[in-house]
Amino acid sequence: MKKLKTDPKGVLTGSHYLDGDYALAEGALAAGCRFFAGYPITPSTETAERFSERIPYVGGVFIQMEDELASIAALIGAVWGGQKVMTVTSGPGFSLMMENLGLACMQETPLVIANVQRGGPSTGLPTMTGQQDMMQAKYGSHGDYEIIALSPDSPQECFDLAIEAFNLSETYRVPTLIMTDECVGHMHEKVVIPEADKIEVVERKWYTGPKGEYLPYKLDDDGIPFLTKVGQGHRFHTTGLTRDERGYPDLNAERQKIVVTHLIEKIRGNADKIIKLEEDQIENADVVVVSYGITSRVAVRAVQQAREAGLKVGTMRLITVWPFPEKRIKELAPHVKAFVVPELNYGQIVREVERSAWGKTKVVSVPHCAGWVHDPADILQAIKEAAK
Amino acid sequence: MTDIRFSGLGGQGVIRCGLISGKALSLYDDKHATMTQSFGPEARGSACSSQLVVSDDRVLYPYIATPSILVSMSQEAYEKYVPELGKGGTLVVDEDLVKLKKVRDDVTVYAVPSTRFAEELGNRIIANLVMLGFFTAVTKIVSPEAMKKALPGLVPERFLDLNIKAFDKGLAHGEKVLKEKK
Amino acid sequence: MKEEDRLEEKNPIEGLLRMDRIPHIWCPGCGIGTVVTSFADALKKTDLDLDKVAVVSGIGCTGRVAGYIKLDSFHTTHGRAIPYATGLKLASPGTKVVVFSGDGDLTGIGGNHFIHAARRNMDLVVICVNNFNYAMTGGQVASTTPKTANASTAPYGNFEGAFSLPYLADAAGATYVARWTALHLRRVSKSIEEALNRKGFSFIEVITPCVTLYARRNRLGSGLNLLKYYYDKSEIRHGADTRDLEITFQGKLTVGKFIERERETFLDAMNSHLSHVLGDDYQLYGRCFDD
Repeated sequence: MKKLKTDPKGVLTGSHYLDGDYALAEGALAAGCRFFAGYPITPSTETAERFSERIPYVGGVFIQMEDELASIAALIGAVWGGQKVMTVTSGPGFSLMMENLGLACMQETPLVIANVQRGGPSTGLPTMTGQQDMMQAKYGSHGDYEIIALSPDSPQECFDLAIEAFNLSETYRVPTLIMTDECVGHMHEKVVIPEADKIEVVERKWYTGPKGEYLPYKLDDDGIPFLTKVGQGHRFHTTGLTRDERGYPDLNAERQKIVVTHLIEKIRGNADKIIKLEEDQIENADVVVVSYGITSRVAVRAVQQAREAGLKVGTMRLITVWPFPEKRIKELAPHVKAFVVPELNYGQIVREVERSAWGKTKVVSVPHCAGWVHDPADILQAIKEAAK
Repeated sequence: MTDIRFSGLGGQGVIRCGLISGKALSLYDDKHATMTQSFGPEARGSACSSQLVVSDDRVLYPYIATPSILVSMSQEAYEKYVPELGKGGTLVVDEDLVKLKKVRDDVTVYAVPSTRFAEELGNRIIANLVMLGFFTAVTKIVSPEAMKKALPGLVPERFLDLNIKAFDKGLAHGEKVLKEKK
Repeated sequence: MKEEDRLEEKNPIEGLLRMDRIPHIWCPGCGIGTVVTSFADALKKTDLDLDKVAVVSGIGCTGRVAGYIKLDSFHTTHGRAIPYATGLKLASPGTKVVVFSGDGDLTGIGGNHFIHAARRNMDLVVICVNNFNYAMTGGQVASTTPKTANASTAPYGNFEGAFSLPYLADAAGATYVARWTALHLRRVSKSIEEALNRKGFSFIEVITPCVTLYARRNRLGSGLNLLKYYYDKSEIRHGADTRDLEITFQGKLTVGKFIERERETFLDAMNSHLSHVLGDDYQLYGRCFDD
């Protein structure tokens, strides 16, 4: 590939006709990501390919690792080497990454993983869409932790949310996942990329204190510890074991409580700041359709038809899926007849809606076994039933 | 809102047709155009297609059920997709590769020997560009200028001129056919 | 204890250890500590800026080394020390990255990463303490356990073949390969020093007794005896054909420096290849990252 015309920061400023996979790569580059380690897997491979083409011109590293275990391990190492990092994968690779997703949470390394979801379980439907990894995104690694997960519904949003993912990940020192899917990944649309100076990029919260006194896990006033990188003379340590402020192993229940509470509360405690929703005609709605990613664009057709039929239907699109917007659902629950939750799985996020609704209203799942999007008629039917 | 399906055999460049048209409409004709494709092993060899939803506003639902324009470059694709063509729809075919069966009265048919024209220009691989030129002329959904602007980056640079030539050939033929129809 | 006595007992490599984490967890008679001493000794002999040296370990007894060494040090997950170190090295090319881990970690669960890092000639110094079993978890059979040796998950003796690690490293493309026993203190130190002073994938295997598990289960005697036993059983053959380095149960051990060759590292190859192909448009990597 020839050198593309970019601005000096390597941002592909301008209007482009891109698919979601490419837009993810462009978003990451615009966010300052200069390290990509990955392993090819359909339908996410185009992102890796785009990176491998673009990175030589902007100064960075692309490395195709031997597997996804290695890919995410390399990312964590590269964070301590001072880089902003990303990888991309799909179901089977996502499963392999679960091991070191836990390490990234424990070592509090900011990194971004995009999962271009396909149908599962196992090898499933490599070339066809799905949203079946939504619970795995939150609970896939062992132990208690929190991550952030975003769900774009278009190539433009793949670009925008890639930047957002880096920003959130740096702000909270937490792995951030972009849970997209084959449909969005392979869909082409216009993507408008702003000038580099107009893109808001959160820089790493670097430690600037005295040499040798760096404590990797001492909380700052905002509850998030500072980061450093290798080679600064701090001679610091970090581990996957339960650790104290110095990063030294400290294996007891008291320390465990401090660490786990911190890993969870730094996200839950900031949920209001993190969560982004897109709501439409929620006021006075009898039924609210809750969806995310490609499914929200399919549901919109059913919603339009339902409204034409005189039903009062609102929509809530989860741009942030994790942390889940339980407060908002709980707030709405007493005022609506039902939530309708279509998703390309057998019912995952619907459980979160159910939990958050606290039994105050009906929650209707519109499941799908993946492979293709819903027939809007099925969603319409569910809306009609729910509105009764 | 216009829903378009480009269809043909894998290798004929029907995905490219969707890409070029989508890019032209989105970037140079001030429309919104969402391109989706059948992807994977099934996209090679047998019938394959790309879909384009075109709108003045943001495209919400990105898929098509009853296209208003169907472009077919193979018999198999034609037979597979013609039943879904919407009422009053437009059918555009390669006249040498598609033998039309009984066509509904409400459907307008345009036919072009795109592969033959491409061969005359020296390479059948550019049949899809002949088809695109023809499609541009008869459907008027996209401007020829936008289509030509969309080509760099989507066709090999060293064959850009040849591709434009193919496009123009199809375009001219389309304009001629339109005139004759009147 | 009087102050001067305490000073006398001061650890000779104290400056390189996190004394606030000592005592360490290793058993009396374990060889890991002596390998750490050799490593510290090598570090002192090099001209490297020790602020720019990092240690990465995986999981296991040797995996704890990162926790005791007073350098930038990273304790990672089981088997993933090498890919983690790969990321660290590539993101910070000015850092000398040392992977210090055990046989199970590096060549059992991490075996795939090991061969690929060697293939790429990733610029890493890999020190592998080989004690022939999984010690941290209680002496299970490993990819390095010699045939017939007993292990907790091979209670009737091991019947699998074992990896010969120098052979594996050589075949995969490592550019420096040596093997010693833990009692070859100065030789180990010298090899590590050589590795630290060169570029490329350098692999040093150190045969070390696991007194608590492997030795006891196989009735091989106690710590110092076994250290000495391995030492006595070893024969130095520099440049020996790596195909001839198989270790049999209590058999002779061929040690020495087997491989030292020049080959472009991953980063050098990336820079030279892409500069060649892309010309001036290529953004030479590493330029803006060395501070």
